[in-house]
Amino acid sequence: MSSRKKKTKFKRYDGRETNELRPIKIESGVLPNADGSAYIEMGRNKILVGVFGPREMHPKRFAKPNMASIRCRYHMAPFSTDPRRSPAPSRRDNEISMVMRYALEPAIFLERYPKSVIDIYAEILEADGGTRTACINAATVALVDAGIPMRDLVASCAAGKMDEKIILDLGDYEDKEGQADVPVAYMPKLGKVTLLQMDGILSTDELEQCISLAIDGCMQIYEIQREALKKKYGLTEEEVEEK
Amino acid sequence: MSSRHNIVSRLKRKKIKEVITSGKRMDGRSLEDYREIVVKTGVLEKAEGSAEVLLGNTRVLVGVKIGIGHPFEDTPDKGVLMCNAEFTPIASPNFEPGPPREQSIELARVVDRGLRSAEIVDFSKLSLIPGKQVYLIHVDLYVLNYDGNLIDASALAAIAALKVAKRPVYKVEEGEIKLTKRKQSLKVRKTPVAVTLVKIDDTLLVDPSADEEEVMDARLTVTLDEDENVCAIQKSGSEGFTPDEIKKCIKIALEKAAENRQKL
Repeated sequence: MSSRKKKTKFKRYDGRETNELRPIKIESGVLPNADGSAYIEMGRNKILVGVFGPREMHPKRFAKPNMASIRCRYHMAPFSTDPRRSPAPSRRDNEISMVMRYALEPAIFLERYPKSVIDIYAEILEADGGTRTACINAATVALVDAGIPMRDLVASCAAGKMDEKIILDLGDYEDKEGQADVPVAYMPKLGKVTLLQMDGILSTDELEQCISLAIDGCMQIYEIQREALKKKYGLTEEEVEEK
Repeated sequence: MSSRHNIVSRLKRKKIKEVITSGKRMDGRSLEDYREIVVKTGVLEKAEGSAEVLLGNTRVLVGVKIGIGHPFEDTPDKGVLMCNAEFTPIASPNFEPGPPREQSIELARVVDRGLRSAEIVDFSKLSLIPGKQVYLIHVDLYVLNYDGNLIDASALAAIAALKVAKRPVYKVEEGEIKLTKRKQSLKVRKTPVAVTLVKIDDTLLVDPSADEEEVMDARLTVTLDEDENVCAIQKSGSEGFTPDEIKKCIKIALEKAAENRQKL
């Protein structure tokens, strides 16, 4: 007993292990007016994502003749953070909207819907660090819920460094006080990283550790996304065959 | 700037891909070659620091203005560094005047992240009255000609301009802030350098030209300081990288960052 205690001396501020995700809950089909939607709680993040389309692109001149366009909007509610934030999109919000789009696009069969647009709107109701990764997780489920054909699911979470330890899925405090933050999105079946950012300071070895730890986290989230979809859409083909 | 839907881009992509298979690029460079880099500092008089970088035909001017003002709420006792990027309409027929678009926001934020994460200056020494008045360092990235790879050119110009910048010295007397006649260097202690690679099919190219950026699948920027620490990463573009490709990019970036740092 005493020897075990020594080994687990390092404690994260919320008591998690270094490689442990925050509790995640994903629900699909939560917005009646959207073509697809999802709600995610990842730690204390609370986020709703609605997908509209494929639908006609307005203005029409922005339509791409041979493929669908994706538009993403990452938006934080004024009451989602500690000091109230302005509802106008900040530069940060614009950048996150863009990287979210780049994270999701590789998974979607865009060529199936020429000239049209798929709008992905993420509303952050409560923020707790790692909102961009949570948005991607929910947006993926919402896209599937909208019936849009996908090559793979995109799962996303961050890894980083705090108190010289490499840790998975940073909470708000770790995000602010930590030494580095590396958000990653990953398509498990295709083995491709579709989101990769970093700020802070890491050696190249630590960076590689962070990326592989984040990918491990993505694999766990992938299962949770599948469960959320199964819950709404029933058994998968394999399971039907098994029975 | 990738536009995979455009017919001209698709033809261009075909041609570029053909040339790449021979291990060369349209302009004769090998896959891991940078274009010629020229760094000039102190090119402006009114700015507290300035630099111009020519990276092939890409041309970026950076002006650093230093004044005083309110600190950020979460760091009341620290000076503030802010990057802003302007895609001037003279830089490319595709740049239009108006509010900043995604790409210029991304450029400013990626450069900003590199400078901030590397803690290039001791921001805690740039506070006058904590919570009220601190030094503000504005780094304005001005794109004068676009031929690809704005991030690397801008990051290089930004650090060059900050290194030569002289800030006005203010002093606090009985709670009042007064401007003195003295000027002081910013004491830049780190030199983060950004290295950008693009992926076209399965080939990685450093320092993409405008044409290569137009037809790329995805892009990765790795910013490193002189101690070989990574201080910023940004992946962009509508495709993914395999973990092995990312490792390869980091390795190339390590080497290229050291090379480009010599140009300062």
